Amino acid sequence: MAERETPLLPLALERVGFAAGGRAILADIDLVIEAGPRTVILGPNGAGKSVLMRICHGLLAPSEGTVRWAHPEKPGGPRRQAMVFQRPVLLRRSVLGNLTFALAVAGVRGHEREGRALAALDRVGLASFADRPARVLSGGEQQRLALARAWMLEPEVLFLDEPTANLDPGATREIESIVQSIHVSGTKIVMITHNLGQAQRLGDEVLFVDRGRIAERAPVERFFRNPATAEADAFLKGELPWH
Amino acid sequence: MNTLGLAFAEAWSMIGRADSMLVDIVALSLRVSLSAVAVATLLALPFGAALAVARFPGRQALVVVVNALLGLPAVVVGLAIYLLLSRAGPLGAFGILFTPSAMVVAQAVLVFPLIAALARQAVADAWREYAEQFASLGAGPVTSSLALLHDLRFSLVTIVLAAFGRAIAEVGAVMIVGGNIDGVTRVMTTAIALETSKGDLPLALGLGIVLLGIVLVLNIGAHLLKERAQRHHG
Repeated sequence: MAERETPLLPLALERVGFAAGGRAILADIDLVIEAGPRTVILGPNGAGKSVLMRICHGLLAPSEGTVRWAHPEKPGGPRRQAMVFQRPVLLRRSVLGNLTFALAVAGVRGHEREGRALAALDRVGLASFADRPARVLSGGEQQRLALARAWMLEPEVLFLDEPTANLDPGATREIESIVQSIHVSGTKIVMITHNLGQAQRLGDEVLFVDRGRIAERAPVERFFRNPATAEADAFLKGELPWH
Repeated sequence: MNTLGLAFAEAWSMIGRADSMLVDIVALSLRVSLSAVAVATLLALPFGAALAVARFPGRQALVVVVNALLGLPAVVVGLAIYLLLSRAGPLGAFGILFTPSAMVVAQAVLVFPLIAALARQAVADAWREYAEQFASLGAGPVTSSLALLHDLRFSLVTIVLAAFGRAIAEVGAVMIVGGNIDGVTRVMTTAIALETSKGDLPLALGLGIVLLGIVLVLNIGAHLLKERAQRHHG
């Protein structure tokens, strides 16, 4: 990706809290996310990882605190960040149609859309699927399409919320290799996963979220070898009972 | 042959030779119900979609009311429209009581809640699934709504077909506001009711067969559409 004069990152969260139905889900989050290293968010179910990611991406407004990008997106303008969800959300149209729709939303001119969409499909190995209805693809193919849709828009940040949670090992490997390519192309990767092997393969740093707080932040290698907090230690032992 | 057999034979023969009385009645039925459904669709689809997506005070109550009106008895609609359109009523000045226009109004009112409630349900379900993705892509409300309607096109057509089935098959509302005037406001259902009580079975049966045929074709159409959509679009 070309150098940008007004980069989105770093993203700074200050004293961010989130409550729903009287229950605190996140509290006192102070966090700076910088461009570059791939950030993996780990933590038990219900810790608030997905809510944290949605607040970062702007899908949820925090109940407290501030979320600040270095150079925020213009309201109503094209988005410079993207998100891929656990279950890909695809429209009832062709594979190509899903991509050209996203390009249209991003303000790309009509005659450029098809070429860009086809190039994006090619990068995720779906070139021969262009005319197929998107909703009848397999789970892994749908997720690759969702990644192609996100990547095609050349986001500065890509958020991924357990993108391989429902996939078999083969499809998971394909998704991981695409995420790696997106990283190499210059997009900041922020990913939630429950797959600790994946966290080690794809992560540079770990953000460990526990009961609505950021309990620990460490380089991946150090986090897995020697977690600093008792919670992280218990989490790793719980997830890897054979250790 | 017994009376019933003769009546059936005569009914088929009326259909076969396109008996002019039968054809006129069927044509009026189609005209009234198609107009009613067209009007109701134009109003109820946006209303139902708005009810699904917009957030305003009293929305929940409105949803409950619309859902409750799904079971609206046709005769009650007929009575209400009759009171509104009667000479002494607030809309009496239009002078459309006992005309096909009054029947269009009554059937439109009858199927409006059906279309609105089912459209609301379909749009709400889809919106739950799509809202975050649309927000993530940066799609505004207009773009999101259009994409949503496009995605729901098959469900919405099925809903409209169901509404047409209800309109063309109802008897209570058109009977009251139309008055079942021969050659003017006599439609299939009111004619069947009248001819049966008069004992003119061939016409009643002939109309009944046509009505069943229309309802059957509608349902087959709706079913095929759904199948096709499922197969092609998941």
